[in-house]
Amino acid sequence: MQTKNPPIKRIKLSFLERLYLPEIFKGMAYTFAQMFKPKFTMSYPEVKWKPKPVFRGRPVLVERADKTGERCVACGLCARVCPPLAISMQANETELPQERHPITFEINMLRCIYCGYCEEVCPEEAIVMSDEYDITYHTRQKAIMDKQQLLVPMEKVQARLDFLREYKNAVRNAAEQAVGEDAKK
Amino acid sequence: MQYLAVFFLAMELAHRVALGVVMITVIILSVVLTVWSERRVAAFIQHRVGPNRVGPFGLLQPFADVMKLLFKEDVVPSSANRFYHVLAPMISLFAAMTTVAVVPFANGIAIADVNVGMLYILAITSLGVYGLTIAGWASNNKYSLLGGLRSSAQMISYELAMGLSVVSVIVLADSLNMTNIVESQTANPLYWNCFRNFLGFVCFTVAAFAECNRAPFDLPEAEQELVGGYNTEFGAMKFAMFFLAEYANMIVASMVIVTLFLGGYQVPFWSEAPWFVQVGAFAAKTVLMIFVFIWVRWSVPRFKYSQLMNLGWKSLLPLALLNLLLVAAGVLLLGGK
Repeated sequence: MQTKNPPIKRIKLSFLERLYLPEIFKGMAYTFAQMFKPKFTMSYPEVKWKPKPVFRGRPVLVERADKTGERCVACGLCARVCPPLAISMQANETELPQERHPITFEINMLRCIYCGYCEEVCPEEAIVMSDEYDITYHTRQKAIMDKQQLLVPMEKVQARLDFLREYKNAVRNAAEQAVGEDAKK
Repeated sequence: MQYLAVFFLAMELAHRVALGVVMITVIILSVVLTVWSERRVAAFIQHRVGPNRVGPFGLLQPFADVMKLLFKEDVVPSSANRFYHVLAPMISLFAAMTTVAVVPFANGIAIADVNVGMLYILAITSLGVYGLTIAGWASNNKYSLLGGLRSSAQMISYELAMGLSVVSVIVLADSLNMTNIVESQTANPLYWNCFRNFLGFVCFTVAAFAECNRAPFDLPEAEQELVGGYNTEFGAMKFAMFFLAEYANMIVASMVIVTLFLGGYQVPFWSEAPWFVQVGAFAAKTVLMIFVFIWVRWSVPRFKYSQLMNLGWKSLLPLALLNLLLVAAGVLLLGGK
């Protein structure tokens, strides 16, 4: 059944408004004033936009605080969760306390869709999305980044790590609250 | 004696041809400048910067664009009418470029200071619409055809208002000669036709916007609905020629508005100004009008087709008629001039 539409409200225009030209001059005065407002444009290669921590740029591997290699324990969760299958790794044993580490770790940047599932699923905070966004390659071979290219000192991604921790805690709290409400019922 | 006469005739001819060549160069260069300033002004109005990389302030950007268009393949659609497809941009450009012949740039400096100058302008500008209509038809494309039809309908509707407001100017000046029209406005800005004949000025300016297919009357090429309208099927230099014609039209329309309504080459309060000052005054007024053209384009949204027809036939035409009546009565009562 068709419902009746609410009546259209017609505004009664005054004579000056119906003359059309005065209103156009008003609009033109407005656009003229806009010409002297500050510009939003950044001169890109010279001036670069600094992304906020919420931004998902190129995924990177985080280096341990003692600079002895990557935090990654090669559990393979990121490779498992990656929707376009961009991540591949080879696990190996190591003398370090973490006992496992990847001997090869590759991200095919032509496949990566910057979804950030890898960092969300990572139990070691070892892979995070950095703030780098201007990534170019001259060949497809070069788009496959190896462990050395992916490794980044912790300080560089600290803001993102802090943001992630806060985000994950918020998600966990919300989930626990939901579970608690279910239990009450 | 006869040889001397022939010699003077040849000199006169050479002088005019030289002036014509200079004017065509000036127009093409000012088209380049206008395209650049259009993009810059548009950017400024939208809080952007606009092209600023090629050359100082991006001034060489239009040259780069033309270079790109020059290297593009010249495509004619297989179902198009080849002859008219090639002819259309030529007509457009021809009409845009030849209008300038009768415009006086200073006292006595015009390519052809003919007695029917105003008539010549009306005739040539109405020729320009053939370029768009033929382009739309020859492309054999629905959108192009619609664009071409729209442009011809638009021309017919606005030519009347334009002609009538021109008639009011002619009544005031008592002459069709462009130099006389300018002289009749004197060096006192209060006697310029934009004040003496305000309604005519408004009518003519609005009609000139429509004749140039400029926003808010850019229906023939309405990108959102007609994919570019009449020039959809044109690429490479043929598109560049349409582009050139559009901007040349805009410049010439500014020149004509300046001549008819803003005192032409008259310098305010200096009736015996030397020719270069007069040319400077003319150029300054023209640049001002071009800026208004650009400014309006980036302020006012496009009309609907029905609104366009309403405005043309139901508002502008009666207004121009009323204005003509008022001006004629005024001239009769006050004795003109």
